[in-house]
This record gives sequence, structure tokens and C-alpha cells, in this order.
Amino acid sequence: MALLEVEQLKVHFPIRGGLFGRKAEPVKAVDGVRFTIEEGQTYGLVGESGSGKTTTGRAIIGLNPITSGDVLFQGRSLKRIVRGSNQSFRRDIQMIFQDPYSSLNPKKRVIDIVAEPLRNFERMSGQEEKRAVQELLEKVGLSPDSIHKYPHEFSGGQRQRIGIARAIALKPKLIIADEPVSALDLSVQAQVLNFMRDIQKELNLAYLLISHDLGIIRHMCDYIGIMYKGRHVEQGTTSDIFGNPQHIYTKRLLSAIPDMDPNNREKQLQLRAAVNLEYKEAYNRFFDEQGLAYPLKPLSETHYAAMPERG
Amino acid sequence: MDELLQIEHLTTSFKISDDYYAAVDDVSLTVRKNEIVAIVGESGSGKSALAFSIMGLHNRASITGTIRFNGQNLVGLPPSKMNSLRGKEIGMIFQDPLSALNPLMIVGAQIEEALILHQPSLSKKERKHRVIELLTQVGIPSPDLVYENYPHELSGGMRQRVVIAIAVANQPKLLIADEPTTALDVTIQLQILDLIRKLKNDIEAGIILITHDLGVVAEMADRVAVMYAGQIVEMADIYTLLSNPKHPYTRSLLQSVTSTAEPKSTLYTIQGIVPSLKNLPRQGCRFAPRIPWISESAHEEQPEMHEAAPGHYVRCSCYNHFYFPDKEDSNVWRF
Repeated sequence: MALLEVEQLKVHFPIRGGLFGRKAEPVKAVDGVRFTIEEGQTYGLVGESGSGKTTTGRAIIGLNPITSGDVLFQGRSLKRIVRGSNQSFRRDIQMIFQDPYSSLNPKKRVIDIVAEPLRNFERMSGQEEKRAVQELLEKVGLSPDSIHKYPHEFSGGQRQRIGIARAIALKPKLIIADEPVSALDLSVQAQVLNFMRDIQKELNLAYLLISHDLGIIRHMCDYIGIMYKGRHVEQGTTSDIFGNPQHIYTKRLLSAIPDMDPNNREKQLQLRAAVNLEYKEAYNRFFDEQGLAYPLKPLSETHYAAMPERG
Repeated sequence: MDELLQIEHLTTSFKISDDYYAAVDDVSLTVRKNEIVAIVGESGSGKSALAFSIMGLHNRASITGTIRFNGQNLVGLPPSKMNSLRGKEIGMIFQDPLSALNPLMIVGAQIEEALILHQPSLSKKERKHRVIELLTQVGIPSPDLVYENYPHELSGGMRQRVVIAIAVANQPKLLIADEPTTALDVTIQLQILDLIRKLKNDIEAGIILITHDLGVVAEMADRVAVMYAGQIVEMADIYTLLSNPKHPYTRSLLQSVTSTAEPKSTLYTIQGIVPSLKNLPRQGCRFAPRIPWISESAHEEQPEMHEAAPGHYVRCSCYNHFYFPDKEDSNVWRF
């Protein structure tokens, strides 16, 4: 049994507009997404802004209502868990947010920020709590003496690590990381990514890594799903996607990755022109009248792509 | 002479509680016609402060040194003179197109503003004609319709195109692009970079491209200046800089990118943090605290720029002694 199974997930946002607030066509932010994450693995969700990758992550953790479909965590549906009832799954799924500046309460000390999940789920004495927080800070590479400091006293990378300390406080099984390093400088990105991989090994964590940065996705992920307008266009292992992309959208996305070798400029120019031409010519075959991708078809045991209906 | 911009010993200092702190420290740089010079650095490196100094947008800073633009020194130029250059001879593309545009004005009128200011002789009809021409030039489909749109009605990529149209409205000789694609998706980023490249050829401008993205630099730049803590630490043409980086900071940065690392490998990280403006070391090599395993004697007391090879400049002699602590050989950057 997979750790997390997302089944035909749909998240639609109703729009009321016009005279008398008539209901208009809803925005289909996520429109039939399915994937699974195994224990200890990293699944990368890639797409451009508006593709629904963040909404998918938020729906899994319960921050966006699910319109239809289901999310199963260790075989149990998260949809039926009502507010106030048994919420133990919340221990096991945690989130790391994009912006370390707005995701930590500036009025709280580090100890209160990191201990908050502990206070919600564990009964601990003040002493035990303090020790637990100090251990967590040590684990993320911050000085245990800094428990009484405020978030503004830390740099961006350190703050992101406070956010990670909070996320791992309850020893979760799955962490949803939404653009965890995109607000950070290059050298700090490397620190946080290394660190995420270290605690993954240590705690056998699974990640749902949401990012638009294909370099980071390739570096971190076992499986990758490419999203476009609320649907998957392709899904597979990292080598399926990077080594053998099948959908024209995936090909176009991959060709747009900056090339680190300036000697390839001319070659890249031609390659991209060819990919763009293919994209334009094949667009009507690969997308329906509304510009949406077709359902995924299996190409191999691990590799799925939204290939056209015929041919 | 095709040196368009010559910056010499530029220092821009800000006053923080009765003391001056140099955000840009002794920077010398030239930009030629039809050339893209990239300035790379992390936040706090002074790259944006440098751009703002050239544009004369720091009104409270103390600026010393010279910025020669077409022979004319911009440092200490009266505001009225600067106003007639800014937007005409020197254009700027900002990072976030949504905050660079006025939300209450249709985009056509915002582009026209630049023309009214610097080409007052144009008639109303000519102006509108020129705006449509500009919108077409920056690759906006159906420019007649977009002319009437407000910024919020456009996508991020389209907005950035409008910002670029404003920057090039008066065919500037120098274009400063401050993180022009950071807020955009990769496919849109590619389109905007293509556009900047095309405009460079169209108007033969010199371009200063400020970015933290080494991939963008590799794709775009002719020459690169790497900044750390307010100083340029290395400068070379793009091929040399990427194939034979010398300064420890440049080498460390290149070592920590994901795009070239082995998947799932441990990325190289730089120890410590970028010092804040108030904590900048006033003496010695500013990068020394981040490479503590290099002996003190390897650094200079007052680090200077050395010409390691023709056109390849490196600050501080420590580059001759630098090695990565836990790797046998990382001297050569392999593609």
C-alpha cells in the first residue's frame, strides 16, 4: 500500500459574477489528478504558475476543499475526516512553505514556533518541551541557544530551517514542500536541499516537492508529474521524464531550461526553435478544444503521458 | 571608441545611524556598445545598488568615483540633467512588472508617458502609432487591443513585455535589466531573454543584466562580473568565467548549482552567511570568513584586482591557494 494515493482529485473554485451573483463556470484549478507516493520517496510536481500544483498540495493537507475525487493516506480517506474528529493524520503530514519571511509569526519566539505542533499533539512538561525543541534545532543545524530569539534575528536560510524544524517536530511521514527554496539565495538553496535529503534518510520521510525549478526537481525527485492547466500531461521516474519525454508540453518545458555551457548557445537556439515548431504543429492533436490535456496513457510500467487519442 | 559606460572606483555608501556603510565598494566596470555584461551576486552583494547608482536613483547615498556615460560623468550631475538622460539614453527594466506599472493607467498611456517626456515634438497620432510599433516590437499579439488594457488584465510575461517596451521606447543606448525574468516561468523567461537579445541587436544598446541565476548568465552574457559583499571579485568573458573560474566565491557558487550536479548527490555549500552591510569587514579579503580552511597568509591585507589572464580579473591573491576541503580536484569546472 502506498503512503499517499491521490485519486482523480478535483478542486474547483466557484466564481460568482455579474448581476445578482449568478454562478459562472467554476475555475478548475485541479481537474482530475492521480498519483501515489511511496514511503521515503520524493514526488515532484512541476508546472508553470496557474497549473494547479500548489492547489494540489494544499488540497492534500486540507487547506483547499476537495470538489471530487479522494486522497488516501495509508489507505484512509482524508476527505471524510471532519473538523474536530480524529485528526491524527495531521501529525503525519506536515508542510514547508515557500516564503520563510511570512510563514513564521514575527511575534513568537523560536521555542513557541517549533513547539506549537508538540503542544497540539503531545503532553509535555515545560522542561521536556524545551529539550525537544533544542534537539530539533540542533538537527536542523541551528544553535540550541537560539530558542528565545525571534524570527527576524535569523537569515532567510536559517528561517527556512526553523520552518523545517517545526515540520519535523512530530516525526511526520510525509512533508509537502511548496517551493521550499525559491525565496533563497543559491548558496543557501544548496544547504536547505542537502538538509532536506539528510532528514529524509534519517526519518524515512516522503516528500511532495512542488517547484517550478527543473534543476531542483531533477536533483531531488524519484518520480515527477508535469502539470498543465490542472491536469497531468506526463508522469514518470526522473529518468523517464528527463531522458525520454513524450508529451510536447514536457519537451517544451525541458528545452527552456537554461544551458550552463555558453558553447551550446547556437545549438540550443536551433533545438528550441524545432521544439517550438513541433509544439505549434502538434498542439491540436495533444490538447482538446478547451486546450486541456487528454487522460494519461501508460507507456511503460512507470511512465505515463497524455498522448493524443489517435496516432 | 565604443566604450559606452565606464565606471571607475565607484563607491556608494548609505548612512546608518551616523556612520557610512559602502553597499558598492570601489567598483570599476565598462560596458561597450552591443554588449551584454552580466552582474551576478546573491542578495546583499550590492548588484542592485550598483544599478541604482548608475540610474541616479539613490537620493540619500554618498557616491564617489566616476560613472562616465558617453564621456559624461553622471556622478554629481544635477537632477534636471539626469532626468533628461534617464528613460531616454538609459532605460531600465525592473524585476517585478506588476509593481513597476501603474495599475490605474492603461498600458498604452504608460508607454506614451515616456514619449511625451523625451520626444515632445511627436503629435498625438504619431505617439500612438509609435506605441503600437513598440508593442509589436516586444512581441505582443494584437497590440491595438493590448494598448487599451490595464496591467492586471495581462499575464506576467505580457506585463514584462510592456515594461520592456517602456524601457526601449526612446531607443536607449544603455539598458539596465534588474532580474528581468526572476518573477517569470521558465518558458516565459526564455521568450523574454530572446526578446532582450533581439532588442540588443535592433538598437545596438549596451546591456547590464543583473541576475542571481547562473543559467541565465550562461545563456545571455558576453562578459560577467561576480559581486560579493559590495565588491567585484571576478570579471571575465563568459567562456573563461565558466570554464576557468578563479575566485573562491565564483568556484563555490558554480559548485553549488543543482543543474550540473549529479542527481541526489550532496551539493556543495558555502560555510557561514553573507555579511550584512553593517557587518562588512573593512579590511582584508571579504570572502575569507567563508573559507576558514585557507590560511590567513594566502589573503592580501588590501585585496586588489589581479589580471590572471588578459581580460580576466580576480580580487585577492587567495585564489592561487584555494582548494575545496573535501574534494580531490575541483579545479576545473566540467560541463
